[in-house]
Amino acid sequence: MTQWIDACATDEIDEEDLVRFDHDGRTFAIYHSPDGEFFCTDGLCTHEQVHLEDGLVMEYEIECPKHNATFDYRTGEAKRAPACVNLNTYRTKVENGRVLIEV
Amino acid sequence: MGLRDYSMLGPDARRAVETGLAAAEWYHTDISRKEMKELMKRSDDPAIRDTVILFGAMIVLAGLGIALWPSWWSAPFWLAYGVLYGSAMDSRWHECSHGTAFKTRRYNDWLYNVASFCMMRNPHTWRWSHARHHTDTIIVGRDPEIAVMRPPDFIRLIANLFGLVDVWHAIGRMLLNASGRLHPEEASYIPEAEQHRVIRVARIWVAIYAAVIALAVAMGSILPLMVIGLPRLYGAWHHIMTGLLQHGGLADNVIDHRLNSRTVYMNPVSRFIYWNMNYHVEHHMFPMVPYHQLPRLHEKIKHDLPAPNRSIPEALAEMIPALRRQLRNEDYFLKRELPTTARPYREDFHAEALGAAAQ
Ligand code: FES
Repeated sequence: MTQWIDACATDEIDEEDLVRFDHDGRTFAIYHSPDGEFFCTDGLCTHEQVHLEDGLVMEYEIECPKHNATFDYRTGEAKRAPACVNLNTYRTKVENGRVLIEV
Repeated sequence: MGLRDYSMLGPDARRAVETGLAAAEWYHTDISRKEMKELMKRSDDPAIRDTVILFGAMIVLAGLGIALWPSWWSAPFWLAYGVLYGSAMDSRWHECSHGTAFKTRRYNDWLYNVASFCMMRNPHTWRWSHARHHTDTIIVGRDPEIAVMRPPDFIRLIANLFGLVDVWHAIGRMLLNASGRLHPEEASYIPEAEQHRVIRVARIWVAIYAAVIALAVAMGSILPLMVIGLPRLYGAWHHIMTGLLQHGGLADNVIDHRLNSRTVYMNPVSRFIYWNMNYHVEHHMFPMVPYHQLPRLHEKIKHDLPAPNRSIPEALAEMIPALRRQLRNEDYFLKRELPTTARPYREDFHAEALGAAAQ
């Protein structure tokens, strides 16, 4: 069964940036897109399980800090080698200045 | 540690996995997220400028070489053209493989493919091998791009200054791949879904080289090969020299780039050819930072790094005696002093490797 989890405040993430969120033994990446929306994916790159938190957000893509694989964080799609497997994505919503994710 | 086995499928490769050296957490100098975001920012402008200069110079130099051919007066132009083809393309290949040269991905991909062709490195194979080089830098049995193995083979190193070893292997691999097969080591790190791309590129390249050779035969002259193919040999020396300096004589089997990589201050011409990869510790620690930002990154973190070598000759003078000592004792390496402002090396973590450092 899925549930909505309070992940962070909206102002904790700059536009075109991400933060790490750990919950219940799992780790996620939460993104603030250039047009003000929030998105959530698994936190670990599908190439070699490096956390994306130190990566670079450019428009709607996250670039992994280890080998520069990129993913579309809205869909999780792997866009550039060496990642070939897509990231899982999770629904988000904003309530009272907080970002909630559905896990 | 005894004799090293550099095969990707051998006992050292297994040991690296068992001991946690493979895919380990590496040391990073602290730097704020805000500063790092600034440093990682992509831009097309510096790389467009440099690419126009590079290709412009290549066209002019090759044109003069052709105009003066077969006189010996053409030689200096070929030598300069060769370095741009056989060495500057190495750094372009490298930077574009990281996707950091340009902001626009298709520019990166275009230059990556051109540079891969010049360097005779299959763009798909080498993308994977270079990823492994960054995951497991100078981990014996894991890193497929170790330039100086221990004990060093000086004949091989000198032959490679003229591309002889690399090109010989590259031709073998290209023909193998063009026949529809991969070497077992390639198959160990290239995902199956990508393997057909390796084969397709190899076939295209074989066709191009066949056309150039046919033109040379038709003209009764090696001139076409002076422009395409041979500069990978006669212009290789600069990228081999700088490539050896990256890690040569330093530690292996450690997980701190300050111990296994070397930053060297270089003259502006070499920095243009090498696209700032002389800031090599910085590049390995933070591969997301584009080449044009590496000098700034260096300024921000140099307090935590061993002092850079002041010039290419000084770095060679440090490295070559260390390599010679490795002929007698392959566990020997240079352990470089950290400044007092740096966080110390994790001696506990690297006890086995550091035990053999220079006294
Ligand atoms: S771990 Fe992310 S690209 Fe390799």
